[in-house]
Amino acid sequence: MKITKEQVEYVAHLARLEFSEEEKGKFTTQLNNILLYMEKLGEVDTTGVEPETHAIAIQNAFREDVVRESLPHELSLANAPSESGNCYRVPKVIE
Amino acid sequence: MTLNELTIHGLQDLIRKKEVTSTEIVTDVFKRIDAVEERVRSFTTVMKEQAFEEAKRADEEIRKGTLKPLTGIPVALKDIHCTKGVRTTCGSHILHNFVPPYDGTVVRKLRGEGAVFVGKTNMDEFAMGSSTENSWFGPTCNPWDLERIPGGSSGGSAAALAADECIAATGSDTGGSIRQPAALCGVVGLKPTYGRVSRYGLVAFASSLDQIGPFTKDVEDAAIMMNAIAGYDPMESTSVPMDVPDYRSFIGKDIKGFTVGIPKEYFIEGIDPEVDAAVKRTIQVIEGLGAKSVPISLPHTQYCLAVYYIIAPAEASSNLARYDGVKYGYRSADGRDLMEMYKKTRSQGFGAEVKRRIMIGTYALSSGYYDAYYKKASQVRTLIKRDFQEAFKTCDVILTPTTPTPAFKIGEKMDDPLQMYLSDIFTISTNLAGIPGISVPCGYTQSGLPIGVQFQAGHFEEGKLLQVAHAYERHSGIERRRPKL
Repeated sequence: MKITKEQVEYVAHLARLEFSEEEKGKFTTQLNNILLYMEKLGEVDTTGVEPETHAIAIQNAFREDVVRESLPHELSLANAPSESGNCYRVPKVIE
Repeated sequence: MTLNELTIHGLQDLIRKKEVTSTEIVTDVFKRIDAVEERVRSFTTVMKEQAFEEAKRADEEIRKGTLKPLTGIPVALKDIHCTKGVRTTCGSHILHNFVPPYDGTVVRKLRGEGAVFVGKTNMDEFAMGSSTENSWFGPTCNPWDLERIPGGSSGGSAAALAADECIAATGSDTGGSIRQPAALCGVVGLKPTYGRVSRYGLVAFASSLDQIGPFTKDVEDAAIMMNAIAGYDPMESTSVPMDVPDYRSFIGKDIKGFTVGIPKEYFIEGIDPEVDAAVKRTIQVIEGLGAKSVPISLPHTQYCLAVYYIIAPAEASSNLARYDGVKYGYRSADGRDLMEMYKKTRSQGFGAEVKRRIMIGTYALSSGYYDAYYKKASQVRTLIKRDFQEAFKTCDVILTPTTPTPAFKIGEKMDDPLQMYLSDIFTISTNLAGIPGISVPCGYTQSGLPIGVQFQAGHFEEGKLLQVAHAYERHSGIERRRPKL
């Protein structure tokens, strides 16, 4: 086993997810199968090979720092699940 | 023959001669939608009212003689493009009520070229899947056999087009999500070079792999759609500032002297015999047109799937961190504090496959595992890209099957994620190398399911792809069928 139920719980917390006991069991098995398949990559000699992050070589896209029109306030808030006085409203953060 | 069955260029001819109006085309499209949509379920949102309004405006342009390349043509958009004022769900509960305040660049460009939008099409949630079964709205059915999947993730677009519910459609392709459903639904699907088409306003899945492209009824239409959507966009920093050729100029050119590479790693055990036979017949047709086929090798092919299923979930886990129930989308009412609100929102808002990939990605990026998974995968990705660079020294295009099998049954692979992932085995390498690929219909199975052949070319060589695909399509001798619905 590459990954235990405790690790599934830890990774779930990092990903801000929570699972029922049944789901945890299922995920543990499925993730193990998938990770086992990934082991295949161990066969490949990658000594001195640069990791590829973007398939096309591109330069950083700099632009002039000029003021442009931005989204109006009410449109920015139009999709908010909860809002209050021009702000997004969330449950309490500090105890 | 009704107007909804025609191609873009076929309709353009009729519009130019003033023999049809956009309103007539749109009327036929919605008659068809009304007749078959209940069974096919291609759309998450149908935009009937807007479409007729846009058609009226298009007819005004037609009367004035100010025609643009897509004036009056009904196009369906995958529900992953942000559309101003029209909800954009990405097939997810977490975005089921999200109404974007802006149009993505591709949407803006298509609108600017005169296209009429008929609706948003169904898809696997956040484009994660190969069957469109992972949609919060339920699966789309394959018009050729309603018990089968249309492919995915852009299954709604492929099915809508195959069922003649639109004239053309858009998709996004991260590991095969345009080409695989195109093959399984018997239409043309093109995934452009990474950076060729702006991703601004495309809901992100795996940012180093995602690319937008067209679904069309023939290859010439794919060229017309590419002319409309390709090009640099200052709003998208990975779009490439390079001139865009007139893709239509490649249509009708012969392919004498072309070299077509046949990679031995793509003709393997486990491939359906009818698919194998159809693709091999394609090679004969191409050779008959004066092209030469040469055996090539892409030695790292067997590692593509493993590389993809580390890189794509890793990038997804980061991209999908934004869905936290604060600024837009679904929010769980059960959270007593912020952390609980995040967790409940995400756990209730995402489906099983999305959660599975977020978990794989988070694990692969977590402290202590990064080198073993993400870095290793990125290094093997370099080797995969080099395989293609080597191959294109000896051939113009590469020919492979698009999928190992025809469309499978709904429910068949839902309990086995690895089996599902294997249906993308021939399309993933294209995205890892950032090259363009096209799937073109190349025949049918005995039971009448479509089969697709894939062509791949070097970076920014979409013209070559269209040239060879069009030459093949014209001389393939395959009868044009329509699904019986």
